[in-house]
Amino acid sequence: MTKQEWPLWEIFIRGAHGLSHRHVGSLHAPDAEMAIKNARDVYTRRKEGVSIWAVESSAIVASSPEDKGHLYDPADDKVYRHPTFFDIPDDVGAM
Amino acid sequence: MYAQMVKSTGQGVKSLDEMDPQERAFQERINAGDKIEPKDWMPAGYRKTLIRQIGQHAHSEIVGQLPEGNWITRAPTLERKAILLAKVQDEAGHGLYLYCAAETLGVTRDELTEMLLDGRMKYSSIFNYPTLTWADMGAVGWLVDGAAIMNQVPLQRTSYGPYARAMVRICKEESFHQRQGFDIMMKMANGTTAQKRMAQDALNRFWGPSLMMFGPSDGDSVHSAQSMAWKIKMNGNDELRQLFVDQTAPQAEYLGLTIPDETLNWNDEKGGYDFAQPDWDEFFDVLKGNGPEAANRMEARNKAWDDGAWVRDGMMAHADKKRAAKLAAE
Repeated sequence: MTKQEWPLWEIFIRGAHGLSHRHVGSLHAPDAEMAIKNARDVYTRRKEGVSIWAVESSAIVASSPEDKGHLYDPADDKVYRHPTFFDIPDDVGAM
Repeated sequence: MYAQMVKSTGQGVKSLDEMDPQERAFQERINAGDKIEPKDWMPAGYRKTLIRQIGQHAHSEIVGQLPEGNWITRAPTLERKAILLAKVQDEAGHGLYLYCAAETLGVTRDELTEMLLDGRMKYSSIFNYPTLTWADMGAVGWLVDGAAIMNQVPLQRTSYGPYARAMVRICKEESFHQRQGFDIMMKMANGTTAQKRMAQDALNRFWGPSLMMFGPSDGDSVHSAQSMAWKIKMNGNDELRQLFVDQTAPQAEYLGLTIPDETLNWNDEKGGYDFAQPDWDEFFDVLKGNGPEAANRMEARNKAWDDGAWVRDGMMAHADKKRAAKLAAE
């Protein structure tokens, strides 16, 4: 019986030329090289990608759900950051 | 459905008033259509039920490779062989997406595998039936994958984010599975008398077990009610079974095959077919582990796990050695 489980890797795929990598899921692999090979088999069987990133899950730092308030609240009262805040007369034309 | 009779808390659904503030906030998020993500707070029962359901679903995908793997070496043409191989590879992929989703709930992949191998966790009853002829590859794709789709499409909207996202990927691929099955059935049904007989025989054997995939009527099951309140079960078993029959009956007619149910009849009033219930005694017997292929399936999974142990260990040892060498060089 195996005692040491293969580490978990998070897989990011660039769907097409010019797009950024997007998280698609995770998988187990003994090392980075195998993680890429496995990601190719698991996540790009139908030409879903042109580039793969593999990151050990344990290396990912995430914000916690409890942070929701103080991380994002400061943006609540700053609607002027959006262009629609300003009324520009139609006469001015496209802006 | 690939998860049958999944037990929930068994305590019935609490009203919002009966919940403590944390649980009420959770339920209100679900009611509002919010997705729950791995790091969010969730009731212990929600977590446990999901592990059971997603785990059973994943095991079904993995064990489900066996009845079809049985025919890869004997596919009638090279093209059919390549297609079947791709389909079985997809099933492995589906199992992996689902295991990953389950792992976000705090259970490891090896734990899930060991629970399957020692019988603590189940897989769908359908995979305990043998695949006796090539026509069975058609019937499995058409009926078994067809029944799975009925359940998996609504599960794309399930409340648990990682599960819903796995379902989206699976549904994209599942449609290929059903169509390749129907394609085999069309070929067989329009072939020689012997081929047509094989197609009919496959339908005869897989019809009942396919209806059983949805599980028995929910009735007043407290487990179903809780799972539906949590949106990890989206539809009643009878409702999905009816949809499946309504979709499949005209397809059988198109093939010129006869569904083995003399009571099958269009009912104008309800806008659906009347049909006979499958043999539920047989279903419960299969669920208990007495299916015709049950022992073979478990033996095959155990053998694969045991025989692969040296590979898993060897690759890990190699990775450890490489990592140590790299550290030493730095």
